Amino acid sequence: MSNILKYVAKRLLLLVLVLAIVVTITFVLSHVIPGDPARLYAGPHARSDQIERARIELGLNKPLWEQYALFWMGLLSGNLGMSIHTRRPVTLDLLDYFPATVELTTVAMTITVILGILLGIASALHKDKAPDHASRLFALSGVAMPTFWLGILAQLVIGQMLGILPISGRVDPMIGLIYPTQKITGLLIVDSLITGNIPAFLSALTHIILPALTLAFGTLAIVSRMMRALMLDVLDKDYIRTAKSLGLPDRLVVYKYAMRNALIPVITVIGLSFGYTLGGAFLVETVFDWPGLGRYTTDSIVTLDYPAILGVVLLTSFVYVLVNLAVDLLYAYLNPKIRY
Amino acid sequence: MTFIKDFRSEHRADLTELSFSLHMIRHSPLTILGMGLVSGLVVLAVLAPFIIPYPEDAYVSMHPESALMPVSFQHLFGTDEMGRDLFSRSIYGTRISLQVGVVVIAVAAIIGVVLGGVAGYFGGVIDEAIMRITDAFLSIPGLVLALAVAATLGPGLNNAMAAIAVTWWPWYSRLVRGQVLEIKQELYIEAARSMGGGKLYIIFKHIMPNTLAPIIINASMDVGFAILTAASLGFLGLGAQPPAPEWGLMISTGRKYMPTRWWYTTFPGLMIFLSVLGFNLLGDGLRDLLDPRIRRKGRVKR
Repeated sequence: MSNILKYVAKRLLLLVLVLAIVVTITFVLSHVIPGDPARLYAGPHARSDQIERARIELGLNKPLWEQYALFWMGLLSGNLGMSIHTRRPVTLDLLDYFPATVELTTVAMTITVILGILLGIASALHKDKAPDHASRLFALSGVAMPTFWLGILAQLVIGQMLGILPISGRVDPMIGLIYPTQKITGLLIVDSLITGNIPAFLSALTHIILPALTLAFGTLAIVSRMMRALMLDVLDKDYIRTAKSLGLPDRLVVYKYAMRNALIPVITVIGLSFGYTLGGAFLVETVFDWPGLGRYTTDSIVTLDYPAILGVVLLTSFVYVLVNLAVDLLYAYLNPKIRY
Repeated sequence: MTFIKDFRSEHRADLTELSFSLHMIRHSPLTILGMGLVSGLVVLAVLAPFIIPYPEDAYVSMHPESALMPVSFQHLFGTDEMGRDLFSRSIYGTRISLQVGVVVIAVAAIIGVVLGGVAGYFGGVIDEAIMRITDAFLSIPGLVLALAVAATLGPGLNNAMAAIAVTWWPWYSRLVRGQVLEIKQELYIEAARSMGGGKLYIIFKHIMPNTLAPIIINASMDVGFAILTAASLGFLGLGAQPPAPEWGLMISTGRKYMPTRWWYTTFPGLMIFLSVLGFNLLGDGLRDLLDPRIRRKGRVKR
């Protein structure tokens, strides 16, 4: 047990170090901006004394090391500066927009993991037969398909031509107006369910299907191919042959003995897939008009709102690092071989 | 005749290798598809100005009378809001995207090889420092970092390329470091050292050539993904700027005319899809060819 504690401590230490470098990278980024941040902050029609005042307000007149120290101090007290386009603290903005992204990526990752594992098993069991070829084709197109293009096509075919699912927003505007959802977690599906707001819940559920499927498509391919390879590997093992020769039913052999062992390494791909999903969310949100971090960022880009953009970078990398830590710990917990 | 015979006996090993490689390629339809797609794209990129039906439409031109026309024989992919031929623009876009993909990955690979090589060979504090910085870059989701760097540098194709290269080198430094660590332990390195081979000699003569295969495999795949990332940035308004016929930018503009003008977004997207697919399949095929472990498997089967 002390070994696993040591492992956790080591990982946490590394995590802090890596995050410190990430902070430094964002600080460097915020200081190589071509053009004058003070001028941007003061607005396009500011007089020179207003720009000077903005410079002092932003601390840009101080020496670089002092600015770096201030950047850190602000960060540790949860202050990421003021957003130029919303004129609010970036931290508050992030708190407002982040839950929508969490909701979207969580649903997408759930689809990725469940469907990816099932597809992987199916193609491993039917190796080199029709289901395997179909899933290979599916995986290849999933990897090569631009997420934003897939989203637009999905809107066109499923939303417009077939008219099955809504194609933009988180909830139907009318339903949102008539049945407003009280904000508890910020996750609309969860909030509407807790408060028993059934119309809003159903609307939110139908709204998330298309963007989540679009987002899941690419990573689904990665997970299913990995699962296939691992299943094939495990199915070749002696203990599977033994189990089969003992006359155990196929279902039991596949789902109890083979799948469980193949699942452990798949966990590691999930961490990586999460990074793709988080990045992809920025594109999917733009396409589906989803009010999350991605849309906040694209709005920030248009207005050259650097504090907002850097806040998003810090937040996403923080979440990504934490998810990867969780994945690694889970892996170490499930696989005693690497507990060092 | 004797010349041919001499040549054959002298290069017997090489010839067997070659015929084996050809055999493997012939029996892998997906590799052939990948090679076909990639060489097709290269040909299109080189010949684009000469073969597109409306060369003036590649950048700025106005034909209001034929704006937003659907697919027809005159305009295979339809026309855009300025009446420009989307077929010509999509084909011309190959030039931009291939250039982006190749330049970005070349830059990323060079940075990665230098840093990864140094880290792997010298080890110790240098290794720790380089790898922690690598980790930090890898702990920001790729597209998010590219987005932030591109936004910081300002919208534009060159800045987007720089931004993508910044997000990509860590993969190569990690890859190369791992390779170097492995190769460093090999007997032939020890032999070279015991024969009095200098550090630089060993690095460039013995270590680097052996890291080449995995780099080439990864690079050929990554060119496709770099094209995809550049298109994503273009779609978000951070890559190529109008009137450049860049695929992501075209999709972003075409989105305003959805769903009635479906051709506007569909065909540029198809070009991206085929490019990424092509490089991906090519990379897969190269892995089968160049990775000795997989190669040997193929040989046993034969």
